Order: sequence, then C-alpha cells, then structure tokens
Amino acid sequence: MNVIELDRATLQIGGRAVLKDVSFAIEPGEFIGVLGPNGAGKTTLMRAILGLLPPSAGRLTVFGHAPRCGDASIGYLPQLRTVLPDLRVRGLDYIASSMHGERWGLPSLSAANRAKIEATLDAVGARDLANRALSDMSGGERQRLLLAQALIGEPKLLLLDEPLISLDARHQEVVIDVIRQVCRERRITVLFSAHELNQLLGAIDRVLYLGNGQAVLGRVDDVVTAPVLSRLYGTEIEVLRAGGHIFVLSRGRDVERADHMHDHGHDHGHAH
Amino acid sequence: MFQYEFMTNAFAAAGIVAVVSGVSGYFLVMRGQTFAGHALSHIGFAGATGAGLIGLAPLWGLVGFTLAAGIAMGLLSERISNRDVAIGVVLALSLGFGLLFLHYYTSFATQATALLFGNVLAVDHATIATLAALGAVTLVALAAIMRPLIFASLQPELAEAKGVSLRFISTAFLGIVALAVSACAQIVGVLMVFTLMVGPAAAAQRVTCGLWAGLMLSAALALAEAWLGIVIAYHTDWPVSFCIAALSALCYFAALAMPHARPAHSH
Repeated sequence: MNVIELDRATLQIGGRAVLKDVSFAIEPGEFIGVLGPNGAGKTTLMRAILGLLPPSAGRLTVFGHAPRCGDASIGYLPQLRTVLPDLRVRGLDYIASSMHGERWGLPSLSAANRAKIEATLDAVGARDLANRALSDMSGGERQRLLLAQALIGEPKLLLLDEPLISLDARHQEVVIDVIRQVCRERRITVLFSAHELNQLLGAIDRVLYLGNGQAVLGRVDDVVTAPVLSRLYGTEIEVLRAGGHIFVLSRGRDVERADHMHDHGHDHGHAH
Repeated sequence: MFQYEFMTNAFAAAGIVAVVSGVSGYFLVMRGQTFAGHALSHIGFAGATGAGLIGLAPLWGLVGFTLAAGIAMGLLSERISNRDVAIGVVLALSLGFGLLFLHYYTSFATQATALLFGNVLAVDHATIATLAALGAVTLVALAAIMRPLIFASLQPELAEAKGVSLRFISTAFLGIVALAVSACAQIVGVLMVFTLMVGPAAAAQRVTCGLWAGLMLSAALALAEAWLGIVIAYHTDWPVSFCIAALSALCYFAALAMPHARPAHSH
C-alpha cells in the first residue's frame, strides 16, 4: 500500500489552485526530497497531507484513507516561523507541550512520556537540550529539538518543512545525516522540503519537484532535467552537472540560490 | 498595622489579585502579548468612566469593556492582537474616550486617580468578594485551557495540525486576561497593571526555564511584591502603587542582571 497517493488532486488556497490535477504515489520507507520555487506548494501539500486542507477536486489518501487531523502516525516539523526570540522555556517542556497538547485541563508529564522524550532526544543526539531554554539554543539545536519531537509516538511518516532553513552548511549536513539514519532504522517514509537539491543528493531516494501548479515525482536523473524544470518553472531552465553537483540555472543565474536569498521563512503560496 | 480593617482588606485584595496576575501574566509573557494586555487595561478605563457616566459601578464597566475587547482581539487574532500599531491606536483612543466620559461626569473625577493608579487602601468587603469571584473564574478557566494554551503558544503550526483551534484558544485566553486585568486594575490602577501582570512573570522566566517552576515563581513574586509594597507604603506613607511598581521593576532588573542558570555548554 502506498503511504501517500494523489489522484488528479487539486489543492486550492483562497481560490487559487496551488497544485492542479496532480497525481503521484509515495511508497513506504521512501526518502523524498520536495523541491520547487517559492509558492510552488510545498507547505500546502504538507498541510493537505495533515488533513488541514482537503483537496478541492480529485483524491488524496494517506495510509489508504482520507487524511485525518491529528493522525498520530504522522510526525510534522513545521517551518520555523514563530519561535519567539526570547522564549525562555526549556526543551523538555517545549516537547512535552506537544504530547496530547490538544486535551483540556492542566499539563502533566508522566514518567513514561518523559522517558519517551529523553529516548528521542538521545536518538538525535540532543539529550542536553532537555534542560536548556529555547532562547539559548542555536538554529541547529532548535531543529534537532523539533526533529526529536516529530519522532515521538513512532510515526510512520515524517513531514519536514524546510528543516535546513537558517542553518549553516555544516549543521545542514548533520541534520540530514541524523534524519536519514533514524528514518532508515525505523523505516519511516520522509517528505523533506528544501531550497537546494545538492545537500540532499546523497540522502534522497526520489525527488518531488513542484512548480507551476504541477508536480513531478521521480529519480533525480529523470526529473532534474532542462525540459521538466523548464515546464515547472515556466521559464527556460538549464541544468548543469559538475563534480557530483547539479546546478539549476535560469538565464545563467542559479535559481535555487536566488530563491534562498529572498526567502527567509515565508512561503508565498502559503496562507494561514 | 493589622489592627486596621483597611489594612487587612488591602492585604486580602492584593493577595488575590497578585496570584491571579502572576499566573495569567506568565502566559501573556510566554505568548509575547504583553502589549495586548496593557491595551486591555486602557480600554477598561474607558469602560469604567463610561459606566460611571450612566450610573453603574465602574468595576462592571471595566469588566464589560475589557472582556468585549479581549474577545474581539482574540477573534481577529493574528490580524490584530500582535500588531503594535493597531493596538497602540486603540489604546490611545480608549484613554481619549475615558477622558471624554470624565469631562461629562465631573463628580466622578475624584475616582479617576483611583482608576488610573489604583487605591488598594480603600477596598471594602464587597470589592474583596468580587475580586475573589473574578479571580476564581480566571484561574479555573485558565486551568481548563492550560494544556492546549501552552501547546498553541509554543508551537502554533503543530497545534493546529493536531486539531487545536488556535482562534478559540486565543479568544478564550484574551477573555481570561481581560478578567485578570480588571481585577489587577482595582489594586494598581489601569496604567500600572504591568507591575503585577508582566514584571513578576518576566522576572520568573529569566530565572527559570521550567514551566511549573516559572508559573509558581511568577505568582510568588507578584504576591511578595504586592504585600511588601503595602508594608512599605504603610511605613513611608508613599502611594502603594508606587511601592509595588518599584519592587516589580527591581525584581525584573535583578533577574536580568543575574547570569541565568544553564549547564556549561559550548554552542
């Protein structure tokens, strides 16, 4: 059974079709890199999979059924937007807030849940973050904390929305390695959205490229080509391969890097 | 000093208000909505003077206006409750209306100072009973939504994905804050609700990053500042609100200056 399946699905935000008539299927255990220009629908797709945005046409199934809000088998790492700069809450309480955080009443943390949190923090090598305030953590440490949180509850599917944003190259590599290792061990299917393809090349099984309302899923060599990307970007695109790297150029400019310069935390196609 | 009834009344009223302010203020600081809390108290000033104008008790005008404003802000949620400019404009407008109402109801003017800066030494038994009821409602409501409130405050995107209604939480919370602000304004006045609602909570969050520890410390600091403020005022004859404000500021800056506790670690 496919983990995620879209069958001629259309996803709309405010009357605009972000993805139109899109079909693809993702198999269990796959590590999928989700790429595409700003506003191409990376966040929107994840929100649809989470059950926050039903398709306006076509069919979207997750684990064989329509997406359900609050599905425990999906781990989600939202794009970092709202961490207040001086949030003086320690890592343990931050993660604990997400465990049955939808229930009413006073917060409580059972010994079993505490052990679960500590175990996942260990799994991503971040045990020491439990007792440190979020405001004292670096960007890389916060991402690790969020990753640990997404792994709690043994999810079968991880949706990681731009986990590399605002990280330097070294931290990016560490985060990718940790995710790949943990997900291989636990056979977790991963959707990993990013601005740049190159860091992901060694980790991903297939790439899901979004753009122009369309989506193309396939092996990197089949998808990241001039004809396919020209169609998705709606402009003439050149693809150069050199030294194990892939450069996607539009009129001589590297589109991924140009995108990254403009985008610090906002996805234009995403509406709250 | 406890032989005077007005003193025991002051301690009782300040005690109730301090705990309520410390606890609800903790979440106000966590959510980064302190300015919204400040604005609510100013809106309350217009409500209180307006109530005086039509012959109602100022407290009910205060409660009514802040509650309505808090719920409205919550419903408009992301569009307004975190926007400094919109809040600032509404805040100034509210003070303006308060002034207008005072202008037309001049005999009320003696009470204006009490409303603006508080008058805890004039609290009677009926007011204490009202404050206790307001405080109880505030704490019970806060306890009921605390879990999703923390989740939604720390991780809104994830909370939404798990089925928490951000708008409901935001609205309920600002409604609760409105009640706390109304109670707090009775003690330190609408202009100085920060002293009990924000000062202790912010100081507590500097000192500890544990959730329950922070919450307890925030309430304890507010209580200590309120009671100690009354004691100092009794012995010096300075205004109580000044003493509380001074203690609140002192605690906050002391907490800022303190090297905060964290295990030795290199980034």
